[in-house]
Amino acid sequence: MNTIPLDLQIVNALAALLLLLSFSMLSQRRIVSLVNLLAMQGLLLTVATLMVAWRTGETHLYLSGLLTFALKVLFLPWLLHRLIRRLEVYWDTEPLLNIPGTMLVGVLIVVFAFGLAQPIAELASETTRNSIGIAVAVILLSFLMMITRSKAMSQVVGFLSMENGLFFGAMSTTRGMPMVVELGIALDILVAMLVLGVFFFQIREQFDSLDLHHLESLKEGD
Amino acid sequence: MEFLLLLGTPLAGAIWLGFFGAKRRAPDVNVGLSLITFIAACALTARVIEHGDVLVGREQFFIDPFNVFLVTLTAFVGLTTSLFSRPYMRIERDHGKLSSRQLKLYHSMYQLFMATMLIALTTNNLGLMWVAMEAATLSTVLLVTLYRTPAALEAGWKYFILCGVGIAQALFGTILLYFAAEKVLGNSGVDALLWTHLNQVKAQLEPSVLSLAFVFLLVGYGTKVGLAPLHNWLPDAHAEGPTPISAVLSGLLLNVAIYAVVRCKILVEGSLGSTLPSNMLMGFGLLSVVLASLFLWRQRDIKRLFAYSSIEHMGIVTFAFGMGGPVANFAALLHMTVHSLTKSAIFFTVGHAVQKSGSQQMDDIRGLVTTNPTIGWGLMLGSLAILGMPPFGVFASEFLILTTAMQQQPWATPILLLSLAVAFAAIFGRVQPMVFGETQGKRLPHPPALLPVFAHLALVLMLGLYIPPYLAEWYRAAARLIGGE
Repeated sequence: MNTIPLDLQIVNALAALLLLLSFSMLSQRRIVSLVNLLAMQGLLLTVATLMVAWRTGETHLYLSGLLTFALKVLFLPWLLHRLIRRLEVYWDTEPLLNIPGTMLVGVLIVVFAFGLAQPIAELASETTRNSIGIAVAVILLSFLMMITRSKAMSQVVGFLSMENGLFFGAMSTTRGMPMVVELGIALDILVAMLVLGVFFFQIREQFDSLDLHHLESLKEGD
Repeated sequence: MEFLLLLGTPLAGAIWLGFFGAKRRAPDVNVGLSLITFIAACALTARVIEHGDVLVGREQFFIDPFNVFLVTLTAFVGLTTSLFSRPYMRIERDHGKLSSRQLKLYHSMYQLFMATMLIALTTNNLGLMWVAMEAATLSTVLLVTLYRTPAALEAGWKYFILCGVGIAQALFGTILLYFAAEKVLGNSGVDALLWTHLNQVKAQLEPSVLSLAFVFLLVGYGTKVGLAPLHNWLPDAHAEGPTPISAVLSGLLLNVAIYAVVRCKILVEGSLGSTLPSNMLMGFGLLSVVLASLFLWRQRDIKRLFAYSSIEHMGIVTFAFGMGGPVANFAALLHMTVHSLTKSAIFFTVGHAVQKSGSQQMDDIRGLVTTNPTIGWGLMLGSLAILGMPPFGVFASEFLILTTAMQQQPWATPILLLSLAVAFAAIFGRVQPMVFGETQGKRLPHPPALLPVFAHLALVLMLGLYIPPYLAEWYRAAARLIGGE
């Protein structure tokens, strides 16, 4: 039996942890903890990027890792925590589907994701196969979270977690996108979060709450 | 040089207006910047007519027959919209709807939005295209919520989240494309996402990965096109934002998004050699046409009415690209052009009509022809043009699409015809009393700028009767390109 090099074993372990974190996000209703989980996801992503960078020796991956660390581990969680304090949103309401139900759907989604990733995984090098399936699973699980949550803040965490899944997918399939593109994406995420901060204050000013049930008056045909 | 001016002017303008956008002269500066951008686009066009395709900036940017007319169109509508927004935004400020801070934001974001669209159109790098598309969303989110009403906030939130999630799917599609390209072009860094390089090796790209990539890309960029069932954000964003933004969203952004879809389709079809991408485009297109024409009946808000009409027309264009072949592609490109011109002209008249009556409800807007004949006739002619009446250009493109459909996809023709008829009845029945009914409207404090409306309609009329030879040549060349030759 072939032994897998240590660094790849680590990347695979990180992938598994990433999936685990996605599930804990699904079950977490405390928004502060959600943001902490998101920061941990960012940290895993950073370590995975640096591992791949070390293995391939590509300098732009080191930069990308540092960028991920600065943006996803330090800046965004800080921004979100600040928003939570200023807006005083600590708990999400009961999700549309109760938590055990969501977890069951999540398991089905993981199975589906591995099926979906099959054609890509077959082309990828043997060792990163599992990571691709996991990346797709993380994307879809974040999607599920966005659908089932009603607080704007949890939806945003879901959105960022989806972005993390995408980055992990890019890392495990192609060893990262070209530098120009990665910089652009990072810039977009940063601006998106700033826009969002402004936006939250506008919503609260108007409705006195960040519950998205207030945002349901525009219906088809009105 | 022209390139630098084309992309640099709106970018620099966005920064400048970010600081000084509340000055009394800011609307004029906005017009001036758009004019420079338009002149740069014209110079670039002249260069393309003379020397053919252009590839600059280490191959990161390019102009070919498929994007040259879209660049000019974007710069042109950007210019006319800035002309329209000059009196429009002044009236809004006089009505007390906007503060000077909001005006600053508006002017700055307007230029940024133009810049991102021009980058998305001219970039050769599919990754950069994604970045520019996302930036286009972000620059308009705060414009949709400019009025801070509950409805505007809801529309902005929907726009942000739906387009954000959609565009994330497109990023995954781009990653998959890169993955397939890397196998062929090698991990040479930037080159593997350059469209011109990919187009050369498209036959060698791994089909199974590309078909999966296309699904994600179509869903992602399709959300921005407003294809049903991903269209939910579109009517809200169009209805709640300021009218100049509705005009550029509908007239330009949708075009840019469909441009992105078609660029990807060329690659995927070349790799697959099957009809999967075409069938998907036809399916989504037809569904959008049918759903939009049904929803048109239920609208009471004038801007929502024309937003649904945009979904319908994007459906027609998507369907035509799905059918493929030189004639259908030609017609789709023509339809993109005339729809963009007509729809923005309609939004210009709608904007002033709404300001006169103080309401977007169609029941409150009456008798435009008696109080302000130019607005009334502008709206009437615009509606007739968008509904496909001859001799306007929309008639020519829809006629070509329908005749091609009869030959290639006979089953779809009755569905298309029926939807067009339903849309005609819905829109015409609504517009007629607004233009000719009884009224006690008041005059506007600033004279409206209606030159853009009639300039657009004149162009659409001209395209219905006569297409300039070089434009026709670009359409044909682009149609061949899209056909994969």
